[in-house]
Amino acid sequence: MLVIIIILAVILGIVLLFGLFLLATYNGLVRSRVRTREAWSGIDVQLKRRMSLIPNLVETVKGYAAHERQVLENVTRARAQLEQAGGAAQAAQADNMLTGALRSLFAVAENYPQLRANENFLSLQQELSDVEEKIAFARQFYNRNVMDFNTRIEVFPNVIIANMFNFDRFEFFEAEETAREDVQVSFST
Amino acid sequence: MADQRVLIYDRIDQNRRNTIALLGIFVVLLAGLSIAIGIVVGLPYPFAPLLIIPFLIFAIISYYSSASVALAVSGAKQVSQEAEPELYRTVENLCIGAGLPMPKVYVIEDGSPNAFATGRDPDHASVAVTRGLLQKLDKLELEGVIAHELSHIGNYDIRVMTIVVVLVGLAALMADFMFRLTYFGAGRRSGNRGRGGGGAVAIIYLVAIVGAILTPIAAQAIRFAVSRQREYLADASGALLTRNPEGLASALEKIAADPDPLEVANKATAHLYINDPLREHKSFLNSMFSTHPPIAERVRLLRAM
Repeated sequence: MLVIIIILAVILGIVLLFGLFLLATYNGLVRSRVRTREAWSGIDVQLKRRMSLIPNLVETVKGYAAHERQVLENVTRARAQLEQAGGAAQAAQADNMLTGALRSLFAVAENYPQLRANENFLSLQQELSDVEEKIAFARQFYNRNVMDFNTRIEVFPNVIIANMFNFDRFEFFEAEETAREDVQVSFST
Repeated sequence: MADQRVLIYDRIDQNRRNTIALLGIFVVLLAGLSIAIGIVVGLPYPFAPLLIIPFLIFAIISYYSSASVALAVSGAKQVSQEAEPELYRTVENLCIGAGLPMPKVYVIEDGSPNAFATGRDPDHASVAVTRGLLQKLDKLELEGVIAHELSHIGNYDIRVMTIVVVLVGLAALMADFMFRLTYFGAGRRSGNRGRGGGGAVAIIYLVAIVGAILTPIAAQAIRFAVSRQREYLADASGALLTRNPEGLASALEKIAADPDPLEVANKATAHLYINDPLREHKSFLNSMFSTHPPIAERVRLLRAM
């Protein structure tokens, strides 16, 4: 009789411990996922800000250099792609395209002294380079969170729980590594 | 779980454990001291530990007012985004990178380059830089310094340091209190203490005096050790944030080479700054009781990253 009670108690204890372990791991994963989503919204805010600046910029440039249609179209198209992007990887790709398109737009603008003297243009240029810098920092924070989360759900024994409750990997938001340096160069001119 | 503590959350957890351990040590130290004071004063045993209550109230008040006191003592003035756009943008960007809320930004009108952060948690944080820092450092160096300060905020270093400093002050206060009691009151009270036995009373006095001497020294040593360790950690996490250790390294060299002393700093606020603002001549004792590790060592570690 006593033996049976002891065995039952041990089994109960193991089940209880296992339940506690499950709970702690699950909560840890959820917390990490919330943090990563929060970090994503840090990028998202800046991307939206960037997109909201583009139409105004395009209009301003059109006023001085309407025949630079190709460059303007590239910017508008990249912006539209960014708006429709689903997921971090696509958004990153569209954002990189937008960065490239803007760069050639500002390079072209060098040929129009009146445009360069336009106050609206100057403030837009400055704000866009500020946004670009902020995206770079937000990306860094987001990617660090993604790396932590993706590692968390892949190591044993977390991987079992992650599969059980459908914890999916996050996509990285990847940019060309030179993006930040280029911003600083354009800042000093 | 994460072997490399890349996320701010891991370092916060680590710091929280350290804080709890530190608090534990101090509470034991202080409780011992207050019981000793109680016995010396002649309180009956069950009431002796109650003496810790006024000291605790003092500690709590100091803890909550420390940030505003530090800012006021250093003469820091809060600045707006319009007044210092470059500084503001740097702080803002690095906060995004570190996942921190925007702290209040202060400028100290002093030619000596230096900076500090204060506030008990990221929601009540402030960053103060001197005018000299803004004038003498370039963009990347400023970024390095701000990242170092934000790391102090994000890692909750300031909370740890504030608690340590408050408790060190408390230990010193209690020890002082104790000294006066035993020194001036010993003769008077020994008469009506006959029933405890002369030997026991003498031992209690001896323990109390030794405790009163050792506690502040131990407390100071803990404070300095904690402070130096925090500086290395903030250097490392700041470098991780900017991805550019060289910025902070060259900023530290410039700060160290600057001949202007910081006029608004004193011994009470020295531990806050990015580099020790008091910089007296360096000796062996000085390096043991120093709030900051030597600049050369910090620069060497940053360059090795």
